[in-house]
Amino acid sequence: MASEEMEQLVRREYKQGFVTDIESDTLPPGLDESVIAFISQKKGEPQWMLDWRLEAYHRWLEMTTPSWAHLDYPPIDYQAISYFSAPKKPEDRPQSLDEVDPKLLETYEKLGIPLHERAALAGVAVDAVFDSVSVTTTFKEKLGEAGVIFCSISEAIRDYPELVQQYLGTVVPQSDNYFAALNSAVFTDGSFVYVPEGVKCPMELSTYFRINAANTGQFERTLIICDKRAQVSYLEGCTAPQRDENQLHAAVVELVALEDAYIKYSTVQNWYPGDEDGKGGIYNFVTKRGDCRGDRSRISWTQVETGSAITWKYPSCMLRGKDSVGEFYSVAVTNGRQQADTGTKMIHLGENTRSTIISKGIAAGRSDQAYRGLVKVGSRAKGARNYTQCDSLLIGDQCGAHTFPYQEIGNSTSTVEHEATTSKIADDQLFYCRARGIDEEDAVSMIVNGFCKDVFQELPMEFAVEAEALLNVTLEGSVG
Amino acid sequence: MLEVKNLHVTVEGKAILKGLDLTVNAGEVHAIMGPNGAGKSTLSAVIAGKDGYEVTQGSILFEGRDVLEMEIEERARAGLLLGFQYPIEIPGVKNIYLLKAALNAARAARGEGEIPAPEFMKLVREKSAEMKMDPSFLQRAVNEGFSGGEKKRNEILQMLVLQPKLAMLDEIDSGLDIDAMKVVAQGVNSLRNADRAILLVTHYQRLLNHIEPDRVHVLVDGRIAKSGDKSLALELESRGYDWVVEESAA
Repeated sequence: MASEEMEQLVRREYKQGFVTDIESDTLPPGLDESVIAFISQKKGEPQWMLDWRLEAYHRWLEMTTPSWAHLDYPPIDYQAISYFSAPKKPEDRPQSLDEVDPKLLETYEKLGIPLHERAALAGVAVDAVFDSVSVTTTFKEKLGEAGVIFCSISEAIRDYPELVQQYLGTVVPQSDNYFAALNSAVFTDGSFVYVPEGVKCPMELSTYFRINAANTGQFERTLIICDKRAQVSYLEGCTAPQRDENQLHAAVVELVALEDAYIKYSTVQNWYPGDEDGKGGIYNFVTKRGDCRGDRSRISWTQVETGSAITWKYPSCMLRGKDSVGEFYSVAVTNGRQQADTGTKMIHLGENTRSTIISKGIAAGRSDQAYRGLVKVGSRAKGARNYTQCDSLLIGDQCGAHTFPYQEIGNSTSTVEHEATTSKIADDQLFYCRARGIDEEDAVSMIVNGFCKDVFQELPMEFAVEAEALLNVTLEGSVG
Repeated sequence: MLEVKNLHVTVEGKAILKGLDLTVNAGEVHAIMGPNGAGKSTLSAVIAGKDGYEVTQGSILFEGRDVLEMEIEERARAGLLLGFQYPIEIPGVKNIYLLKAALNAARAARGEGEIPAPEFMKLVREKSAEMKMDPSFLQRAVNEGFSGGEKKRNEILQMLVLQPKLAMLDEIDSGLDIDAMKVVAQGVNSLRNADRAILLVTHYQRLLNHIEPDRVHVLVDGRIAKSGDKSLALELESRGYDWVVEESAA
């Protein structure tokens, strides 16, 4: 869509106000079976969906929160969370940008976020700024011609129940882990994509254009299915730091690639990291997994992680089909008091499966981050190959970077390579740039962007440009 | 243009420069020579602002400004540019990107806008041709995987693009074969003009066969022990440094 057109759509005021009846849509904090039944009913779901949620809930009750990650945060009181909250009442939200953290506003300024979007991102009580219905309609027509289904998961449950039932939970089972089980019980929205056999999706799909994208919520559920020989590129997130009243985010993303299918999933995650002491920042506990179910299928994860107070995230690939390919390209940046424990799992099950892992971690300020990666090769995965490269860059001397690579190799015909480096941003590199007249902050961002180049070049063009700008803003003030 | 007065510098507590005086005028080429460990590289590093060098006494003025009060990048933007003996590699950062950022930083300091892309491309292509560098070098990461000679040519390329007022070249001839040295010398000679000064730091006289200096200074034990015209360099070539050392001790 032409950007002018977009500008106009965005500028147009939303006259109707909020469509939903807020009062009747909000539940008090707490979680039990009746809450789940309420959510399911609100969404107009069929019985099988409710049963599935309840099953997940019962599994969750028996589970405990994982403690192995290199993270430090106070225990979360799950009974203090409201599991179905419509948008906050306008009078409870900041009434104008004057009431918002000035640091956040400064960042919007630097990222060049248009004025009319700043208020919405900061959670200010303005009438909805995005006339998303019109935008989506334009997209939907084009996608419809190609036979691609792109809608919210709630719509998919109602309109395409057979597809959802066939695939939901087959990649990330309900009881996969504590946060995935919780998500399975209470998820309220997310995206659904189905690309039919032989179709190459005619455009990049982005959450940004999905209905209600402004309110993705804390328990997002995404399911993407690429049928035989189909292809899709999906973009999640946006570079503008987003505030959210919900501190806990536990999303689940499932990808299914059938024979010869290719799914490229790119993320720029920039949730509010909190103020200088990390107060008010988002806890981001995400389960993302792709299933290369068909022969010669390929799934590629590319992520740029800069936000959140805490990130717990391991986009993974199950390489089941013969000759299937899994890829993970990641840049994780932490500053201030942020903590990140992120990485990937590549599970080689089929013959001649291949995987590539490129992870770039940058720690500044008093932040702490860990790369955690598992490469597992099953006994039947003859001729499997993995290449892992994982580099960390430290800025200053109060931050930390840790690498936890795990390998489990079940046969003798496989090749697994691992390279890891940790370096401090070199004083001589900084001096060299500064002695050419480039100021210190620009020099740091230049060096860091160079360090991340292998990953950025995997991102779709526009995203890559935004990601670079984002990196610069995130690292501002990290030296000197 | 450059006035160094009674400069005393210590590195990790050890005195390296002990009262150095040097005046360089616009249009002149000065060569700083001397035995190893005399403090030749220290002088250019201190002028450029490298960390780890402590000035305990003396002053450095550049066009009347107190250099020691200026940030590293300010000095470069003011036209004080150091060519490195060992140029640094910066993985992932394109050579052309560094050049453009440096040029625009200098332009911004002069109150000029960013250079238009076509004009910049024309400029760097022209200058890399002068340095006999294939345009593909511009797209490679800064100094990464460059040979010794390529790194040195790249340093001169930066000078040709940035057009400093005072170019300081630290052992620009080290590790060069004779062909590469000719190209480098040609580049340096093309920088010579009435408004610009060049400070060559070198151990060997051979570079001065290709770049003729106006003044030659011999640095011994942290001070300029002897100055002269280009004939002094030739004398050093035939007699070595010992006689100057002895003369200055006497």
